[in-house]
Amino acid sequence: MALIDLANPTRFLALVARALPWLAAATALAFACGLYLSWFTAPDDYQQGATVKIMFVHVPNAWLAMGVWTVMSIASIGTLVWRHPLADVAAKAAAPLGAAFTFLALFTGALWGRPMWGTYWVWDARLTSVLVLFLMYLGIIALWRTVDDPSRAGRAAAILTLVGAVNLPIIKFSVDWWNTLHQPASVIRLGGPAIHPAILTPLLTMALAFGLLFVTLHLAAMRNEILRRRVRAMGLMQAHAAQGA
Amino acid sequence: MTALAALLVRDMRLAVRIGGGALMGVLFFLIVVTLTPFAIGPDLVLLERIGPAILWIGALLASLLALDRLFAADHEDGSLDLLLMGSAPLELTVLTKALAHWITTGLPLVIATPLLGLFLNLEPQAIGAVVLTLLAGTPALTCIGLIGAALSVALRRGGLLLPVLVLPLTVPVLIFGVAASNAAITGSGFGAPFMILCALTLGSLVLGPLAAGAALRQGVE
Amino acid sequence: MDLGPHATFIIAAYAMAALVVVCLIAWVLADHDAQRRQLSDLEARGATRRSKGLSKS
Repeated sequence: MALIDLANPTRFLALVARALPWLAAATALAFACGLYLSWFTAPDDYQQGATVKIMFVHVPNAWLAMGVWTVMSIASIGTLVWRHPLADVAAKAAAPLGAAFTFLALFTGALWGRPMWGTYWVWDARLTSVLVLFLMYLGIIALWRTVDDPSRAGRAAAILTLVGAVNLPIIKFSVDWWNTLHQPASVIRLGGPAIHPAILTPLLTMALAFGLLFVTLHLAAMRNEILRRRVRAMGLMQAHAAQGA
Repeated sequence: MTALAALLVRDMRLAVRIGGGALMGVLFFLIVVTLTPFAIGPDLVLLERIGPAILWIGALLASLLALDRLFAADHEDGSLDLLLMGSAPLELTVLTKALAHWITTGLPLVIATPLLGLFLNLEPQAIGAVVLTLLAGTPALTCIGLIGAALSVALRRGGLLLPVLVLPLTVPVLIFGVAASNAAITGSGFGAPFMILCALTLGSLVLGPLAAGAALRQGVE
Repeated sequence: MDLGPHATFIIAAYAMAALVVVCLIAWVLADHDAQRRQLSDLEARGATRRSKGLSKS
């Protein structure tokens, strides 16, 4: 099925209805495995002790925080360049999810930082740029809510999303450029991951679980958004008819 | 080229007219910098330490305040449509408006800084550093603000949306502006943050008009 | 299972994550129900998505 087939909202809704139960089940399964691995098989880190378990929640959410903005950026290009009908639906549905994951990354990071570094927060490059990312998510959501017409809102949000995408490489490489407090990259780097498999496996499983969670929620939220636009269109049509009668 | 020059002169004239709001920014800047010692207390040593930061935040907020008049007035009387249909490329038109805005809003802030620096007990060297960084950084604030102004031009109930959109994008400018100022005061490492500040300004001179032009095309339909 | 001296932080982190995930799922489900309900209301009142040959005023 080509991408263009998905452009038909009705067909998209049918596809989502069929796929969601499977996705939800896969997500639940992945979380079950991930949580089991994190809590029962992952060894304590020799330096951090059991608090390394926070990493299994913190890192996947941090990855998703950036990943969701990337998804939104691709959707924005779809809106501005190809005028794909569902592109701005995808962008709008992703924003609250991305904000939630970014919040979790910041929150769990603070809880990890307190025992490890002695402080909940520090203004180093990585934390600051992720906080800015969180503010940008909130700004995008605010923009969506301020403009009445969904397609105009979509175009405005698309531009703002692409401008904000400049922040993503800054976040990714900030820990390498400015070595302040947050540790440098240890998984996604040239030369492969630098973490022991016993810790890497639970991490990747939890990352898979959160990723599947995003896909599931995203498709469901897209479905909701399509329905919302139908409600709006029908409401407008009805008001128009009542006015004309 | 004459079209753009005419636009520049027109915008500058409109800005300094009564109701144009050009010098309001400087007034706000003055108020913010004056309020701060009331809140912090007259500890001169402390004020000197955080002086550059206060000046930068004041300049940032004052720039933000004046941004919505960038496109709103033109949108209301229809001249924005004329600009969009004009022969000059939209991005250059937008850049010209940004230049007029900076000359009438950003530059007065830079000129007012030495006086305000005295209020904050800054040394002449510190004042010079802050003036230089503001000179390099206020164009970036204007160009980044362009994007928010263009996005919210057609929104009647824009309200605080414009600052909310623009402020996260201006954070790097603020960080490096203050870093450069502080580095000049302590005497080491001015070059690197200042270069990055200049790079941010140059980048925003390109990105701002591009994004603002795209936003105007999409929004004013 | 001994979580060490920082057990509170670990539990708090997982608890908040669980809370956020549950809230997201609840929000998506509730939104779905709300839209469904509004759609069936509108359809019951005879609204359609196609203009039935109405003249554009």
